Amino acid sequence: MGGEEKEIQDYDRKMPRDSLITSENDRRKRGEEEQAPATSSKSAKTRKNIKNEKTRKMKEEGEEEGEDEERNGKGKKKHGSAEKDKKNRKGGKGKEKVQEVKKKKKKVETSSEQETSEEDDEEDKEEKEVRPECLSPEELEKLKEAVDERKKLIQALRGKPWPMKTKLVTLQESQEFVEKYEGALGKGKGRKLYAYKVMMTKKWMKFQRDFENFKTACIPWEMKIKEIESHFGSSVASYFIFLRWMYGVNMILFGLTFGLVMVPEALMGRPYGSIPRKTVPRAEESSAMDFAVLWDFGGYAQYSVLFYGFYNNQRAIGWLKFRMPLSYFLVGVGTVAYSYMVVIRTMARNANESGVGDDNSFNFSWKTFTSWDYLIGNAETADNKFASITTSFKEAILEEQESRKDDNIHLTRFLRVLANFLVLCCLAGSGYLIYFVVRRSQKFALDGLENHTWWERNEVNMVMSLLGMFCPMLFDVISALENYHPRVALQWQLGRIFALFLGNLYTFIIALMDEINIKREEEKIVKFNITTWEASLYNGTVSGNSTAPPNTIHPADVPRGPCWETMVGQEFVRLIISDTMTTYITLLIGDFLRAVLVRFLNYCWCWDLEAGFPSYSEFDVSGNVLGLIFNQGMIWMGAFYAPCLPALNLLRLHVSMYLQCWAVMCCNVPQERVFKASGSNNFYMAMLLVILFLSTLPAIYTIVTIPPSFDCGPFSGKNRMFDVIQETLESDFPAWFGKAFSYASNPGLVLPFILLMVLAIYYLQSTSKSYREANMDLKKKLQTQNEENKKKNKQAALKAQMDLEEARQAAEQQKHNNTSNEEAADVEENSDSGQRMHHTKNERNNAPPAGDRRRQQSATRAPVPRNYHQGNHPTPGYLPGFPQQSEPRMHRVPSLQRH
Amino acid sequence: MGATASQLGKDLLSEYQELTFLTKQEILLAHKRFTELLTREERDLNLNTRVPMARILTLPELKSNPFRKRICYVFSTSEQKDGSLTFEDFLDLLSAFSDSATLEIKSHYAFRIFDFDDDGTLDRGDLEKLVNCLTGETDDTQLTPDEMRQLINNILEESDIDKDGTVNLSEFQHVISRSPDFVSSFKIVL
Repeated sequence: MGGEEKEIQDYDRKMPRDSLITSENDRRKRGEEEQAPATSSKSAKTRKNIKNEKTRKMKEEGEEEGEDEERNGKGKKKHGSAEKDKKNRKGGKGKEKVQEVKKKKKKVETSSEQETSEEDDEEDKEEKEVRPECLSPEELEKLKEAVDERKKLIQALRGKPWPMKTKLVTLQESQEFVEKYEGALGKGKGRKLYAYKVMMTKKWMKFQRDFENFKTACIPWEMKIKEIESHFGSSVASYFIFLRWMYGVNMILFGLTFGLVMVPEALMGRPYGSIPRKTVPRAEESSAMDFAVLWDFGGYAQYSVLFYGFYNNQRAIGWLKFRMPLSYFLVGVGTVAYSYMVVIRTMARNANESGVGDDNSFNFSWKTFTSWDYLIGNAETADNKFASITTSFKEAILEEQESRKDDNIHLTRFLRVLANFLVLCCLAGSGYLIYFVVRRSQKFALDGLENHTWWERNEVNMVMSLLGMFCPMLFDVISALENYHPRVALQWQLGRIFALFLGNLYTFIIALMDEINIKREEEKIVKFNITTWEASLYNGTVSGNSTAPPNTIHPADVPRGPCWETMVGQEFVRLIISDTMTTYITLLIGDFLRAVLVRFLNYCWCWDLEAGFPSYSEFDVSGNVLGLIFNQGMIWMGAFYAPCLPALNLLRLHVSMYLQCWAVMCCNVPQERVFKASGSNNFYMAMLLVILFLSTLPAIYTIVTIPPSFDCGPFSGKNRMFDVIQETLESDFPAWFGKAFSYASNPGLVLPFILLMVLAIYYLQSTSKSYREANMDLKKKLQTQNEENKKKNKQAALKAQMDLEEARQAAEQQKHNNTSNEEAADVEENSDSGQRMHHTKNERNNAPPAGDRRRQQSATRAPVPRNYHQGNHPTPGYLPGFPQQSEPRMHRVPSLQRH
Repeated sequence: MGATASQLGKDLLSEYQELTFLTKQEILLAHKRFTELLTREERDLNLNTRVPMARILTLPELKSNPFRKRICYVFSTSEQKDGSLTFEDFLDLLSAFSDSATLEIKSHYAFRIFDFDDDGTLDRGDLEKLVNCLTGETDDTQLTPDEMRQLINNILEESDIDKDGTVNLSEFQHVISRSPDFVSSFKIVL
């Protein structure tokens, strides 16, 4: 590369004039081109100036490249002389054409500036005279550059804050330019390829745009959510976006379980009634089709693909030899793994998007500049927003002053402790209630469900739903005692509801564990009984000495174990159903009926119902989000034992979407406590992650520790459920693979691996911490540097201004020796306002060279005296050139602060 | 829909897509909404018909926005500075407030909206008007003069980096770019 550069330099020395002229010419031309479309706005112009400089640099590089190419062709005779001749001839032609085009373009774009274009033409002629044949590659290069530049401009156009007219004109001109020049460019040997490439890019762009349009059209419920967003602000919409996201996740889960477990079993597995586990037992047959039984997911529903117990432990089913038990296990694991992955990925993305907002240095500015939610299109929401902004301002001011009057801190403390105590009591009470109810229901179940009333049968679910409904209200009442700041209160409230739900869920699970243990005891007895029964059967056939075949027993008559897995699945399905029902019914009663009553009774009531006590209900974002999250937790917990759960959940979410959208739009009023959506997104996700972890724990525990039932489910007959992996490894994979796997799963390898991962996490965390620190340092440095630069700039500008003024004054004095006092004052005023104008401009674009040029303009252009500046900031009059004036900032700032 | 498409023209439509952050559907919807604002006679005219500000402000999306008049003034290309919008101005508005617009362009327009006297900087007067807009017109939500002074002092202390008593565009963008929820809240959808 170094040698080549040298050669280039040599070349430059040989014909300096030529290249100089072309570059000069080109620069000017480019300048015109660039400035032509942007005559309307000043800011655009300055930007262009900067850009011009950039393009100039690029151009020069391009030239060098072009020359380089030519030199290669000439000096090294790579292409042979004939080709070279051709090239030159072609180059000459190309050059002519190019210049033609150039002229045309000039006419189009610089018709206003005739003089300069004429000059250019002259220069063009000169150029031709100097060296007509060897310019073509350079020109081509330049053209290519120019075309690329235009293309970039077209790309960047939408990000420019110009009015549409300017943008349109620029776009059309640029496109015209690109099209013309692309025609001219296609002269080389790669013409066809080039044209093809251009065409393909165009097509690709169009396709991309269409695809983008198509994609936005495909997002489900987008319009519904936007409508809600524009009525209720972004926080309510964030719930629906969360709901939609959840719907997507559940869609995948449903696809997994449905496609890999339920459908294969239904299509290829043994049909209903073929073996005992796939048949309704004789005792239940009479009631197996009753609606009440089906509603409880008993009877035929229990003995179907919907539940764990139905699946057979046959290793491979159907003509596909589908490995059913393995598939069942892997789908269970995959569901959990996918959920973890998607939640964490979403969290990380959210954190990336809002990762910078952690410093609190712009508290007030953010409150002022960014607190309005422009999506609000409802007068009531707007009023609430006004109120909340005002309170937030007042609070911030109060906090800033730090003059919080703590009247009787002991009372507040006492009340807060009391409130927490009460909440704890509530939590403990609800936990005990659930435990009690679950145990009681077990007793009922032992007695036989048909002897009990509907309430006794559905006690557990009803109690859980009712607790979930009323305890939050109780918490709300209790939190009034505490006298917290509303935001803090909201967090406490959320935390308490979270604890309540979690406590309820875990009590439920513990009770369920008890039940599992009971069932397993029962199973042992049944197993023993079955062996004796089989023996007696065998003995019977032997002793009867009959010729009847031994398999006359109908599968419905075979005694069977209790199958705790199906029981767990059923419990979860029932829970989901009752939860869904309660949600919908509360929605209908609490929101719709209330709204109807308030609306129509208001005509004949003593007080104003709409403004007074019952009023319309608000949309409870946090409560709904929590409900959704816990619902999802139950899905994760139960999906292994009831493959139908994701499908049910999908249905529920689908209905929820429409029902809640309708309810929000028709009977809710916007909330008074408007809280920001962006901050809460990751909050929801964090809760979801916690729930995911907590709900997979018991599921994994049962899978790993409890042996599966002996006569139902895909893992029956195995010691543990995960034995299916080992079995597959042994029989379906080559021996070495199994060996390798057994080595890999050796604790001696696994433990160091875990240790390594922990160390890696620690390392990554500490590096990220140090990066963050470095980032902060850099930020600080940048800030101080910025300030310093600005100071310097200002000082330099002021100095230049001063010099200019001096020169002008000197000139004026020379002109009119008898200057009157009035004129002197005028000059003073001019200088003052000119300096101010420059001062503001310089700050706005931060481009010293451009600012330099403009300063001269602004100084020579007679500035209009601005009265308000003088009125507002009484800068002391000064004599031009007086050194003390280089620091006017020091005087001005305090005077401003006083205003 | 056929009428709107034919009135907009295919080329123009694709150019608008190129120049704004809007999709085709959004542009067509915008056109539909815009023609609804026009009277019957005006509808037959070309795209350069201006809709007066009063009629623009009847749009429900802008009706309760405290900055609605400023928004119209900023996006209007009218010579008389009356805040009337052509269809192209309207598209500009929607593009700046759209989902996919960049932070840079959003903050640029936000600055111009907040710059009530159009002098290129946010001075104390602008900030006071801005805060008054945010707290609503009623007396019970307005801040007292004392609070206002304190608030503005605090704002300037934070964001006026060069300490000249005003917030200029680069300072404003510096502050805004760090805000977690500016981009998500500076949005208007039809």
